[in-house]
Amino acid sequence: MGENAMKVLVPVKRVIDYNVKVRVKADGSGVDLANVKMSMNPFDEIAVEEAIRLKEAGMAEEVVAVSIGVKQAQETLRTALAMGADRAILVVAADDVHQDIEPLAVAKILAKIVEEEQPQLVMAGKQAIDNDMNATGQMLSALLGWSQATFASEVKVEGDNAVVTREVDGGLQTIKVKMPAIVTVDLRLNEPRYASLPNIMKAKKKPLDEKTAEDYGVDVSPRLEVVKTTEPEARKAGEMVPDVDTLVAKLKEKGVV
Amino acid sequence: MAVLLLGEVNDGELAVDATAKAVTAAKSLGDVTVLCAGASAAAAGEAAAKIDGVAKVLVAEDASLGHRLAEPTAALIVSLAGDYEHIVAPATTDAKNVMPRVAALLDVMILSDVSGVVDGDTFERPIYAGNAIQTVKSKDAKKVITFRTSTFDAAGEGGSASVESIGAAENPGLSEWVEDKVAASDRPELTSAGVVVSGGRGVGSEEDFKLIEQLADKLGAAVGASRAAVDSGFAPNDWQVGQTGKVVAPELYVAVGISGAIQHLAGMKDSKIIVAINKDEEAPIFQVADYGLVADLFTAVPELIEKL
Ligand SMILES: Cc1cc2nc3c(=O)[nH]c(=O)nc-3n(C[C@H](O)[C@H](O)[C@H](O)COP(=O)(O)OP(=O)(O)OC[C@H]3O[C@@H](n4cnc5c(N)ncnc54)[C@H](O)[C@@H]3O)c2cc1C
Ligand SMILES: Nc1ncnc2c1ncn2[C@@H]1O[C@H](COP(=O)(O)O)[C@@H](O)[C@H]1O
Repeated sequence: MGENAMKVLVPVKRVIDYNVKVRVKADGSGVDLANVKMSMNPFDEIAVEEAIRLKEAGMAEEVVAVSIGVKQAQETLRTALAMGADRAILVVAADDVHQDIEPLAVAKILAKIVEEEQPQLVMAGKQAIDNDMNATGQMLSALLGWSQATFASEVKVEGDNAVVTREVDGGLQTIKVKMPAIVTVDLRLNEPRYASLPNIMKAKKKPLDEKTAEDYGVDVSPRLEVVKTTEPEARKAGEMVPDVDTLVAKLKEKGVV
Repeated sequence: MAVLLLGEVNDGELAVDATAKAVTAAKSLGDVTVLCAGASAAAAGEAAAKIDGVAKVLVAEDASLGHRLAEPTAALIVSLAGDYEHIVAPATTDAKNVMPRVAALLDVMILSDVSGVVDGDTFERPIYAGNAIQTVKSKDAKKVITFRTSTFDAAGEGGSASVESIGAAENPGLSEWVEDKVAASDRPELTSAGVVVSGGRGVGSEEDFKLIEQLADKLGAAVGASRAAVDSGFAPNDWQVGQTGKVVAPELYVAVGISGAIQHLAGMKDSKIIVAINKDEEAPIFQVADYGLVADLFTAVPELIEKL
């Protein structure tokens, strides 16, 4: 174990599996999440993987996974434990699977957990694939007054700093941030491992603390009231063209080439 | 009612297209003040003053603002926030980095990637990779918003706003810039291009991706890629189109060797005309294509280049 081995906190969200075709409920109240396959947010798998690798490299001594939401998020935490996290904290903040906890409230709860747990690094996903907010890590960092390094495709911990390469619109940007820090991870940071069967069995015995939002004194009522949820306008069916000549003719007709 | 709009400034230069699209989105909310921040930002401020609909420009020049690091930029915005009800920006990676931090410092929720303005409190935004559109009403006193640029037309030129210099806020000193790796290109920028040609895993190699680039050059287009193409090393990360890459809505989008996963469609299905070239007639991309061609790309693309 390294001299300055640290604790890493990894927030993981339970979301609709990325392969599932989402359906908007007929009454416009939201997306139908009853009886659909749920998984760990893909970015969070990458964050868990990165934290475990830091542990395997002797840079971290403990990896703690946290999830906030419905009780069923327990399954998501068990997945993180099976991948290699050491312990987990479930914060029950909703009882209906359709109730999403907003990033600001999630960040406030995470800030309280950070105070208790004193990690040197929080490794979160860049974006939850359900609400597509891309906000929680930045918000947590603001609440704690910590540095932030978002959209990471490479993370190197060097003493009291983390050197992070970020995926930005123009290409890649490398920054050096003071620890403790919040890092949010992008897709190309690593390839997350699958949990092996023995590790899935072992994960069942790892500690999983259960808390509530009230335990942390955080009001999770939404700031954004959902007025309605609708299907996007469908594209009109197009046509198949038999060959390149026809394609070129059609595009010329439309005046786009 | 006043709106503070964070202009997109890169190395002292204003990204006019992204900024002008956000101006269009913001105009209905009130008088728009554009903030140009950077190590140098005066020229960007001059450019912002010319955008139609901009009432005022603030220029903050300070070394700490040089690379749009989140902490000093957010501190600056928060120091100005008192005068504005809406604090907005185009949804670029820079703004996505900074604006949620601003929102949390103001104890308000962020409205990310807003695609429609209903009124001063009510906004539309895509969720679930664009498979649903949510209308939300903010209960917060201040609204912090990033606008999805692909759904707004850029405001024109012709403005003559006043420009005022302001100081930076105190730099929290939490992070420093090390380097940028930016590939220079003569091609149009992906999010503002009128035509985009994208390649997917089907292209097969970095070498063969040249074919996609040749077609793009023939059409004066920007080049895009699927995530699979980027992950396989055929194309750089900043070419990725999709839910977690760039969102584009050009006049013409040509998808070559791309299957059409929902995460990819999320980034291009608002394009005016979509052309798909794929050897698999079952590929889902054909369901959103206006013109679909079932063909091997290695014969179809060279032929297309020749005949255009
Ligand atoms: C959290 C998350 C976020 C994601 N975000 C994005 C994103 O932002 N953007 C994105 O693109 N993807 C994203 N993805 C990945 C997405 O799910 C798909 O895996 C990806 O889009 C597939 O890329 P592709 O179509 O190039 O590859 P494939 O699905 O492998 O398709 C290749 C296609 O090429 C065709 N082909 C092969 N050879 C030829 C030939 N010689 N001629 C013609 N056609 C040929 C095949 O028929 C096939 O249809 C994301 C995934 C996750 C989990
Ligand atoms: N309810 C939650 N529980 C745990 N982590 C969360 C939750 N919501 C968001 N996060 C974390 O914040 C990241 C970004 O989410 P978002 O800001 O909602 O796009 C996710 O990838 C998670 O790491």
